[in-house]
Amino acid sequence: MAETTIKEISIEALRNEDRAEFAKMVDAYSAPIYRLSLRMLGNEQDAEDVLQNTFLNALTHLPDFEGRSSVSTWLYRIAVNEALMILRRKRPEVNISDSDSSDEHADIHPTQFVDWGALPEDELLSVEGRQTLDDAIQRLPENLRMVFLLRDIQDLSIKDTADALTLSEANVKVRLLRARLMLREQLSYYYGERMKKEKSND
Amino acid sequence: MTESTHNTCEGLLGSLSDYIDGELGAELCRQIEKHIAECEDCRIVVDTTRKTIDLVHASNDPQSDLPDDVRSRLFKRLNLDDYLKPSAR
Repeated sequence: MAETTIKEISIEALRNEDRAEFAKMVDAYSAPIYRLSLRMLGNEQDAEDVLQNTFLNALTHLPDFEGRSSVSTWLYRIAVNEALMILRRKRPEVNISDSDSSDEHADIHPTQFVDWGALPEDELLSVEGRQTLDDAIQRLPENLRMVFLLRDIQDLSIKDTADALTLSEANVKVRLLRARLMLREQLSYYYGERMKKEKSND
Repeated sequence: MTESTHNTCEGLLGSLSDYIDGELGAELCRQIEKHIAECEDCRIVVDTTRKTIDLVHASNDPQSDLPDDVRSRLFKRLNLDDYLKPSAR
């Protein structure tokens, strides 16, 4: 989420317990945080819990917020921690912050070489196309999906993504590449099939 | 796809994210561009990976609103009921 699209929030007013400013911050960030949570957890009730806990936590920790990171980075970090807590509780076998052997190399070899990039935009972004993309993102393994969501959907830097997930920047880069290549494979398969179908209809 | 170290398919794959994100030095970019001019498979991988990221951005509508009931429960939980006028967004 680009900072410029969001109204200016005064950190000083927040720290002075200005409720109107806090309400402004909630309105500015609640939609992207809810959407991110929904994509991380795939469940509306869990996403709402993350949303509420994020702002309750922010309220408690405002006196400690020194403004060294932006308000958005600070809130996303809280939201990610809340989401990770829910994930760990529900799926204790998943450990996002641990590096594993697959973090050493991207190790995904492209197998689909369909040149679908030049398809018209309205075809790429058809209702079915968007659904295919959403499903493909949901199917990514959690440790890749979290990195991908923060970096490619929330537009966090590699460093901010690494900080939010307590990972090294090198691990973030490898996971990001794997996630992007996995999505590319799935979209290539989908658009390849569509191109074949269109050709046979000609 | 060919296999070996740099200026090759394997080398390109390792630098793909940095290349797409514009974080690669000029010399490495030049090597990659030379490679994809000669390797159709790698050109397709670069183009479609870039397009995949573009589609993710395009399908992520930053203006989409929070459902009204979710927003209402959030404001109540935060004791901000008095600010619960329609969202300005």
